[in-house]
Amino acid sequence: MTIGIVQFGGSNCDLDVLHVLKGVIGVDAELVWYKEEDLSRFDGIVIPGGFSYGDYLRAGAIAARTPIMASIKELADTGKPIIGICNGFQVLTESGLLDGALTTNNYPKFRCEPTLLRVETNDTPFTSKFKKGEIVSIPIAHMEGNFYADEETLSKLEDNDQVAFRYVDKDGKVTDEANPNGSQENIAGIVSAKKNVLGMMPHPERASEEILGSKDGLRIFESMVEFISKN
Amino acid sequence: MQYQADVTIELKSGMLDPEGTTIKRALEHLGYETDSVKTAKKYTIDLQAESIHDARETVEQMCQKLIANPIIHNYAISLRELQ
Repeated sequence: MTIGIVQFGGSNCDLDVLHVLKGVIGVDAELVWYKEEDLSRFDGIVIPGGFSYGDYLRAGAIAARTPIMASIKELADTGKPIIGICNGFQVLTESGLLDGALTTNNYPKFRCEPTLLRVETNDTPFTSKFKKGEIVSIPIAHMEGNFYADEETLSKLEDNDQVAFRYVDKDGKVTDEANPNGSQENIAGIVSAKKNVLGMMPHPERASEEILGSKDGLRIFESMVEFISKN
Repeated sequence: MQYQADVTIELKSGMLDPEGTTIKRALEHLGYETDSVKTAKKYTIDLQAESIHDARETVEQMCQKLIANPIIHNYAISLRELQ
């Protein structure tokens, strides 16, 4: 099993993800420069966080239109698991692999802090190792994380069980105070209709070892690895 | 022929514009009351085309494929021939 971690100019969480996959979980993973188009050797892909292309035009907009994204779409079509974290989530919405858009935080500030998330479904390749409704702690670090979709898209996401994570308070309640960026319905992460593409603003790679204060994020990668080994 | 397009991108009505709201608040600190402040981005694109019609069609495609995000943006194109 080999998982590819995409590097665009300006990606900056690529090595953290590599460390978690290789160093903490112990699976084979390698960095892939965005000019590569043949991704056939990979069983899964991570698009890490950062500021691809300096967030020029819109966060993720330029990266979404690079040739590697066409190859990632092909992999997604074959059912392989793809995770986009933070800037990676922005790349996935900009490329049309995921619904909606990520716009400027409702209070236009870069927010870098722990957040509590409620796991809304464990019926995805990325959340199978969680209990539905479980509350986990995974930090955010973004200024454009305000999830927006029109009413029709939002109800489709809800009806198809495509909302993976929501920002909640310590009692698991969806409140405005627990929402760090103004996202509709406190949405922190969604999956594609076929469930094999996940986008999330919080950074699971920053919550994958005890020393970091939380290991909750590790289970996202472990779920992905288990999905790959079973398929 | 050479043409110049001014492309203006703005958020769809009803969408939050946190930057505009912040500017509105800062204006209030300076003593200016406004009903609203909205942000927009302008891109100026010089291009060659056979006709102004072709130039418009090309810039429309640019907007749909890259410059605007149709989920959140409206855009307007203003074109002129360059001498």
